[in-house]
Amino acid sequence: MSKLALLGVLSSAVFSGASLLYATLGEIVSERSGIVNLGLEGVLLVSASTGFAVTSLTGNPYLGVLAAVIAGGLMNMILGYLVVNRKANQLASGLALMFFGFGLSALIGKGFVGAKIVGLPRLAVPGSSGLPKLYASLLRFDILIYLAVPVAIAIWWLLFRTRWGLGVRAVGESPDTAFASGRNPRLIRFQALWLGGALAGVGGAHLSIAYAMNWTEYMTAGLGFIAIALVIFSKWHPLYAIAGALLFSGAVAFQLLLQSSGIQVSPFLLSTIPYVLTLVVLMAWGSRRRMAAPAGLGQVYEGVE
Amino acid sequence: MIPGSEAVSAPPVLSVRDLVKRFPGVLANDSISLDAMPGEVHALLGENGAGKSTLVKCIYGFYRRDSGELLIDGEPTEIRSPQEARSRGIGMVFQTLTLIPALSVVENVALFLADLPAIPKLERIAAGLETLGERYDLKVDPWAQVRDLSIGQQQKAELLKLLLSQPRLLILDEPTRVLAPQEVQGFFQVLKRLVDDGLSVILITHKLNEVLECADRITVLRQGRVAGQVERTDATETGLVRLMFDRDLTIAPVSRSTAESAEGPPVLELQQAYTRGEGAATSLEQIDLVIRPWEIVGVAGVSGNGQKELGELILGSAPCIQGTKRLFGEDFTRRSIGDVRRAGVAYIPENPLAMAVNPHMTVLQNMAITQTRRYSRRGGLSIDWQAVESDTELTWERLGFRVPPHLLARSLSGGNLQRAVIARELSHEPRLIIASYLTHGLDVQSVHAARAALVQARDQGAGVLLISEDLEELSEYSDRMVVMHAGRIVGDFRTADADIYEVGRLMTGSQFAYG
Repeated sequence: MSKLALLGVLSSAVFSGASLLYATLGEIVSERSGIVNLGLEGVLLVSASTGFAVTSLTGNPYLGVLAAVIAGGLMNMILGYLVVNRKANQLASGLALMFFGFGLSALIGKGFVGAKIVGLPRLAVPGSSGLPKLYASLLRFDILIYLAVPVAIAIWWLLFRTRWGLGVRAVGESPDTAFASGRNPRLIRFQALWLGGALAGVGGAHLSIAYAMNWTEYMTAGLGFIAIALVIFSKWHPLYAIAGALLFSGAVAFQLLLQSSGIQVSPFLLSTIPYVLTLVVLMAWGSRRRMAAPAGLGQVYEGVE
Repeated sequence: MIPGSEAVSAPPVLSVRDLVKRFPGVLANDSISLDAMPGEVHALLGENGAGKSTLVKCIYGFYRRDSGELLIDGEPTEIRSPQEARSRGIGMVFQTLTLIPALSVVENVALFLADLPAIPKLERIAAGLETLGERYDLKVDPWAQVRDLSIGQQQKAELLKLLLSQPRLLILDEPTRVLAPQEVQGFFQVLKRLVDDGLSVILITHKLNEVLECADRITVLRQGRVAGQVERTDATETGLVRLMFDRDLTIAPVSRSTAESAEGPPVLELQQAYTRGEGAATSLEQIDLVIRPWEIVGVAGVSGNGQKELGELILGSAPCIQGTKRLFGEDFTRRSIGDVRRAGVAYIPENPLAMAVNPHMTVLQNMAITQTRRYSRRGGLSIDWQAVESDTELTWERLGFRVPPHLLARSLSGGNLQRAVIARELSHEPRLIIASYLTHGLDVQSVHAARAALVQARDQGAGVLLISEDLEELSEYSDRMVVMHAGRIVGDFRTADADIYEVGRLMTGSQFAYG
């Protein structure tokens, strides 16, 4: 296998890893507030299609990203209404949201299948200018990729160093205690869901506007679910999520590499590698005490009597 | 004493007028009125379920009252949430502690600060906690995760949390429940200093000696109503008991173990047992302990010195990494909790809500949960609820108290929960009973019933391990006493020969007896 192919695979791993990281960060924020959003896949799809459509219509990829962020936030507001106001079961609501997202994204994207857009501009990695042109072309990344790690650090800071973050974690651990402390658990959960949706929106936008630069139905292919597993892998911690996203996008790259190397294993089997890794993580992490999820995860906040 | 006569003439910090609170099927508070004066400790005294907790939760905005008035400084006020309560200078320590286990002490404190900046400086808050802790002798590591702290330490953290926000009215729901004897004295000193600063304190308790020791005014509740209001100077123990129960209590003297040299193998024999404490839990070292049938062995110690772990070691939830554990003459070092329980070990843990009952099941379901094999019918396809109910009825009759059987466990008050656990564990004739903080949250009457039940079990040949910080309880009820400090047993006495000061000295670890 050539170095070029290897670099190509790694480059695509970075692209998919960035989407994965944004989606994971979004899920971490909402799970820290006690809401598990199984509809993440649907949120990603709706953001991706909305972002793509707006980019295609306006010709401005930044407007597209903004639209995707808003779409992601709005999608999560639907979940918020169901699980916070209507006190519905989170898992069932999340799955419903996912299927709704499948349909809605297909509807939004229908007119834009095959459309050409000007994606987010790609900037060369500093120091790569000396490399051969073909190599250098693989080392050009969009702004969202460069921002992914700083955003993860910012989310960590927000959750662990600010008053709001303390409130979010308190609500996720014990809504009643958070209420007793003067927080409004419902409001905080909506805020966390909005931020989570917006981050997922960035992930979705990155997928359609910066990476693939097209829209196809179900283009996320399980990314949302890998992100949910990654949240567990990273122990609900934004900084560990960076490592997790690297590992998982590395797994994706690895299986692509194996496929392209012509190894005598069914490509269907190879493409399950990231998902097998997900299962392994869930088995290995289990429910060890230090790995424990926020204690209030999935709990309905009943409010005062 | 009421400090300064001007404090008396000042308007009450808080007045409650004809407060009514109903729950489905229960009238929890029936037109209750009381005044909390600045510079006074106002004790709310009453049996379990008398409505004390409900009343203060209404005051604190946790429940919405059905009718009645709240006045702060004489002004009618609405308190719709704990936040509003705190912004008006009312602080409260709940019976079940409201610390979040996954957060550190300082984060828990920061959470409750009303004027917390958007980007809090936790170091500064931690420094404040250490200063306060120094002043009131409530020392807790501010950076420790709360889940790694013992209940006693958590209580300290909870108190610090409250003191840091400088409230005008403090509501304390059974604050001394988990403190060691010397800590209780220290705590009363804290209260006295706060009251001297003009603070008003509402103290919920059912310990008469506490009321007589530190309250300035006493309101007694009985079945949701005010049974009487007395100044401390007019209060007597018998008078208060009569108000609480509407009758006099007769306390039977405790019998000592009659069996001088018990027949049969010891019910428990630990030889050089070690456990590994995870996180901040205490590791047990070199534990040698023998409990014979027909004896109550008391475990004295300041909370967090390995008592909890000792109970867990015997039950099997903390593995014995070295040494041996024998129960009823058989080796149980590697056996499961299920085996231990089936062999006849009953366990009353220090925190029933977390360790002994499932909060989302009813009392009756919780009664059956440890005996599912006994009650299962048709090969486990169904459960004989009638048998559960009649067994439970029998036990309650024997113990002399009862708990509403069809309520969810989480809706029970602390005392009722403890009664339910005691009833469950003492049914089915256990041969070894591990009782941690047996009388947590119980009122005077239930305390006697629970202790009597232990003595009764002992007189029928059971061995009892009684873990407590109440030295009076230990010296009154145990036949033998061991003292724990830093995960070791540092003293072993016949209670009759024990010198209480020697025990206290060993508890605080000022000198080891051996080892």
